[in-house]
Amino acid sequence: MTAPAYNFAYLDEQTKRMIRRAILKAVAIPGYQVSFASREMPMPYGWGTGGVQVTAAVIGPDDVLKVIDQGADDTTNAVSIRAFFAKVADVATTTRTEEATIIQTRHRIPEAPLHEGQILVYQVPIPEPLRFLEPRETETRTLHALEEYGLVHVKLYEDIARHGHIATTYAYPVMVEGRYVMDPSPIPKFDNPKMDHSPALQLFGAGREKRIYAIPPYAQVVSLDFEDHPFEVQTFADPCALCGATGVYLDEVILDDRGGRMFVCSDTDYCEGRRGEAEA
Amino acid sequence: MYVAVKGGEAAIENAHRLLAEKRRGDPAVPELTTEQIAEQLSLAVARVMAEGSLYDPDLAALAVKQARGDLIEAIFLVRAYRATLPRFGNTLPIDTATMAIERRISATFKDLPGGQLLGPTFDYTHRLLEPGAVTDGTRQPVAEAPVDADADAEPIPRVTDLLGRDGLIEPEVDGLDRPVGDLTREPLSFPADRDLRLQALARGDEGFLLALGYSTQRGYARSHPFAGEIRMGEVEVELDVPELGFAVSLGRITVTECQMVNQFKGNAEQPPQFTRGYGLAFGHAERKAMAMALCDRALRARELGEELTAPAQDEEFVISHSDNVQATGFVEHLKLPHYVDFQAELGLIRQLRAEHEAREAGDGTREAAE
Amino acid sequence: MSDVPILVAEGVTKHYGARLGCRDVGFELWPGEVLAVVGESGSGKTTLLNCLSARLRPTTGSIRYRMRDGAMRDLYTLEEAERRRLMRTDWGFVHQNPADGLRMTVSAGANVGERLMALGERHYGHIRDTALSWLERVEVATDRIDDDPRGFSGGMRQRLQIARNLVTRPRLVFMDEPTGGLDVSVQARLLDLLRGLVGELGMAVVIVTHDLAVARLLSDRMLVMKDGRVVESGLTDRVLDDPHAPYTQLLVSSILQA
Repeated sequence: MTAPAYNFAYLDEQTKRMIRRAILKAVAIPGYQVSFASREMPMPYGWGTGGVQVTAAVIGPDDVLKVIDQGADDTTNAVSIRAFFAKVADVATTTRTEEATIIQTRHRIPEAPLHEGQILVYQVPIPEPLRFLEPRETETRTLHALEEYGLVHVKLYEDIARHGHIATTYAYPVMVEGRYVMDPSPIPKFDNPKMDHSPALQLFGAGREKRIYAIPPYAQVVSLDFEDHPFEVQTFADPCALCGATGVYLDEVILDDRGGRMFVCSDTDYCEGRRGEAEA
Repeated sequence: MYVAVKGGEAAIENAHRLLAEKRRGDPAVPELTTEQIAEQLSLAVARVMAEGSLYDPDLAALAVKQARGDLIEAIFLVRAYRATLPRFGNTLPIDTATMAIERRISATFKDLPGGQLLGPTFDYTHRLLEPGAVTDGTRQPVAEAPVDADADAEPIPRVTDLLGRDGLIEPEVDGLDRPVGDLTREPLSFPADRDLRLQALARGDEGFLLALGYSTQRGYARSHPFAGEIRMGEVEVELDVPELGFAVSLGRITVTECQMVNQFKGNAEQPPQFTRGYGLAFGHAERKAMAMALCDRALRARELGEELTAPAQDEEFVISHSDNVQATGFVEHLKLPHYVDFQAELGLIRQLRAEHEAREAGDGTREAAE
Repeated sequence: MSDVPILVAEGVTKHYGARLGCRDVGFELWPGEVLAVVGESGSGKTTLLNCLSARLRPTTGSIRYRMRDGAMRDLYTLEEAERRRLMRTDWGFVHQNPADGLRMTVSAGANVGERLMALGERHYGHIRDTALSWLERVEVATDRIDDDPRGFSGGMRQRLQIARNLVTRPRLVFMDEPTGGLDVSVQARLLDLLRGLVGELGMAVVIVTHDLAVARLLSDRMLVMKDGRVVESGLTDRVLDDPHAPYTQLLVSSILQA
């Protein structure tokens, strides 16, 4: 048996063209879930196969790739995906948000503002924002087609009735360009405002569920809410214990078994950048 | 401390080294060869080929070895490799009527043209652990040689063909006005046609289909099945080459086919006749082929105008959850860090508890004031 | 009542294979009018109701509805989007079993508010106030607004289902045995409530019932069905007090004897 040879960025060119067609369609209909013939990838479903296929379809030899998971460049799955592309596409990789041309992410949007020409690729587990209100694909597609989104507000209404406020903290549904309700993937709602009018192209890939969707640059993205219970993001009482940043998303780190804890930036690149500046 | 929370390249490398060591096991014990796996664990290899959707015993054996015997992991390895293979063309449909039969049984007729041939089956073994019988290297002579794959031999008719001659069973028609679908190349949408459903079932997890098929027998969408015929053996695979103007043989593969014969009461348009459930799998994979046939029949409920009452009839439910590579990926992804989302939920729970406490305290003062 | 009908059925026939559901049913329904369809089980009244409410395409015949813009439209030529919009705004459908018409795992308030939210209402306070006032109108205690209907009695569930349907002030409501399965005393209270609401809101109603007392109390006109056909129709008082068809006479006398 000879060792099998793989194409640039793993996928064969035919598959890439198929994925690019799906991406183009997704960009043309912001927020609409385009089905595509997702391939089996050498990592498991649910571990970023959708994001990896989207990245593989758009990446070129001159791209600079950054991969984050939970905001961090050094979490195991981010390391593994970055290593995959370094191997099969031989591209430059970086941890610096500003330097990257493609950023593949799971569960976060970087703190540093994105700029034109960058592509943010989200890994998506469940692309259907109505899935847990209506399990049937045949029905949810009809609801999207007919813009019947009353159910989403029923869920938000129930939150307020029960808790006094909306109790959805991540994967918070958004309306894209006033037409499609979209699941932003399980990013904390803290990151939702960053999607609105972003200069970067945002692509979403769900491998297991075989869907691609997109937010083109400068598109309108509105988090769903009620007039008298407007959308709000999480706030943290204390700044980052390492870099002192405020207005960023923090991870809680347990220090001991006596209740000791500290809060640090979830975006490791942002945190290191600030600490580097402080030292300089 | 902070760094210890995060993983890193070194950790992954170490894990891979440990895995390799565990895979090899005690170096004092001789290493398994893939040939040994292909020859002596051939049913495991068959399952990996069937659910991996790739007929290659050598690669499947390698996958079983690399996966340390975890068959779903092995299926995953084969699938990922298959996804990168270029597609040269589509073979002609295989003709199981011309199969060089190793095993062929019918539960519907005591005797029939071609006879019953037990072949290599566990069916009538006593399930007693017998170390002597399986470790003894000598081969017992086989009393009767398997039927020769002789091209001139009379084809053995399928039971469904015999029933079909009298119109007792629905005809198997090619109702497609398009080429046969391929869910690995085109995204599947619901409702799906039978060709795509059968493909999904053929790739589906044996355990899942077994449980669903079993549920139909226990009354959740009862279909009164009879194992009309199960046959296993080698069939010719041919590719139509337009430049040549005729089909060329690519070789022979072993498949197991199950044709279930099910009761059907008939309706206003059709007289009562038997209906079909179909199962086909690579290699010797009888349980899979039978379970598949039961599921295929259950999923035809809508087409046959039957009431939809049970999970096995629910196409979206069955097809969306039958793929074990998808299922294992998504279940196991729960191992990945979720601390950003968990942090968000933690914040919410703390807020809700604080609000609850404040409300309780507020109630207390009001009561005290009254 | 206005001078043009809101719903016109002509020659409505439905076959299930060889079996007949209903045959050649025709009538006109006027705004604000309550029409009762009575008959025994198997008489075709539920088939007719499903045809009329755009849930079951008749084999032949037509059903036309006067839209809010005044245009008469054949129900079965409407686009899916138009049909669904009608169903959640201009129409109501009250099922015999409230669980079929309610979201059982969602609070009473959200059950009433869902149609408003579907129409684009985005003010939580308004939705809640509307839900509260409707719960009051249908005599469900307002402190149950955040409870889901699984904890409600049969009568409460049915009243909640009615509120959920009427919140958008539909012009036409279909009811399938709305008092079936309830205790007699609960039935009487529900009928009183329905009669009040129908008069107050001026909506047209098609109500299917096997209970002549329900028809007498609620309806202006009635159709009597047997074996899929209408055997008699007319003003309710006339039909019940002076039945012409032998079958109606039998039906009326059997009730009187009971």
